[in-house]
Amino acid sequence: MTPAVYRRDDGTVHPPLLSPGYRSTILRAPSQAPVLLPHTLTELTGPVLGEGRVTAADADLTVRAGGGEAQGQRIVVHGRVRDENGRPVPNSLVEVWQANAAGRYLHKWDRHDAPLDPNFTGVGRCLTDASGHYRFVTIKPGAYPWGNHANAWRPAHIHFSLFGRAFTQRLVTQMYFPDDPLFGYDPIVNSVRDERARQRMVAAFDLAATVDEWALGFRFDIVLRGTEATPMETRP
Amino acid sequence: MSDGGLTPSQTVGPYLAIGLPWPDGPHVVPEGSPGAVWIRGTVRDGNGAPLPDALVETWQADPAGHFDHPDDPGGRHTEFRGFGRCPTDDGGGYAILTRKPGRVPGPGGVEQAPHIAVSVLARGLLNRVVTRIYFADEAAANAADPVLAGVPADRRATLIARPIDDGYRFDIRLQGDDETVFFAL
Repeated sequence: MTPAVYRRDDGTVHPPLLSPGYRSTILRAPSQAPVLLPHTLTELTGPVLGEGRVTAADADLTVRAGGGEAQGQRIVVHGRVRDENGRPVPNSLVEVWQANAAGRYLHKWDRHDAPLDPNFTGVGRCLTDASGHYRFVTIKPGAYPWGNHANAWRPAHIHFSLFGRAFTQRLVTQMYFPDDPLFGYDPIVNSVRDERARQRMVAAFDLAATVDEWALGFRFDIVLRGTEATPMETRP
Repeated sequence: MSDGGLTPSQTVGPYLAIGLPWPDGPHVVPEGSPGAVWIRGTVRDGNGAPLPDALVETWQADPAGHFDHPDDPGGRHTEFRGFGRCPTDDGGGYAILTRKPGRVPGPGGVEQAPHIAVSVLARGLLNRVVTRIYFADEAAANAADPVLAGVPADRRATLIARPIDDGYRFDIRLQGDDETVFFAL
């Protein structure tokens, strides 16, 4: 069977690579127009990752082996990974990384004057289940200053990396929290020009996922690129 | 909140090294494997400055032209992972140990020249950029490759890895003179 052909990016959802408000794009965005790549077997396949690479403990960022508990507001972040056709993406690797509750990353270049947390590395991974569902336990990350412009602060966010089931579906994004007052000032959020598309990056508070006396729940559903309808289906 | 539409891409940011590298990421095959070659290069920006905060990911067929994926015509070939990932070092360098891929089918039933699909992710890249590695010692196959044929002739050289002592060199220039050809996927 020939695998399906994936939809082309129509330029309405993903941010333009050159988004000068985010200064680092100015010297890094390619200046030449991209060349159209046919979807060959190379693009229609992709790494099948995860088995043997992920343990259940990797989905809980609040506890480290041999250590104590991370500081901050404990949260559950969960959701489903689907494609644009609404099909679940099962057994697929989800990787996350984030700042700690004080807005500090465990990274040699992060010099923000905020404390590190010895019990928080800020990295997690899990596999989606058969219905495309994933779930992490973590702490709510803090906002942090980033020097892009005067008084520039990133809204609190969690980085997400997804592989889907084909090279065409690879996606790295950021999950934001509802009602963040920094949204209007952040050039990375606003590099996505369509308001509806921006809202897809914002998790929803989820009372049903909230664990009484323990952790607040947030739902973040992720949609990867879908496939084109076959020509037969589009003809009358 | 999801409305069923595509989730937008965002940059990996400067701290991607917290979440994305794996200890064995650069090793598509273990050290000492027969036929293993290093693919080495430097990722540079529009000023020619190296990027110390990028990640190079690779995806490819095995030497017989099979992918470890259920949609490969022969089914999964689990003995060859096909995927590599390497963060750049302080000098913008990356290195991936792999085997040269075989030929795989292309558009219109024309076989493609051996190639590796590449994603580059970095601070300052709001979406990954996608390119391909071809091999200088496959001149005849490259000349007949249907994807290379769609690339302006004067820019094709940016997609060709050059032999070095322990493998191949493939530098990536995001912008400017000798800008690497990137593909719309």
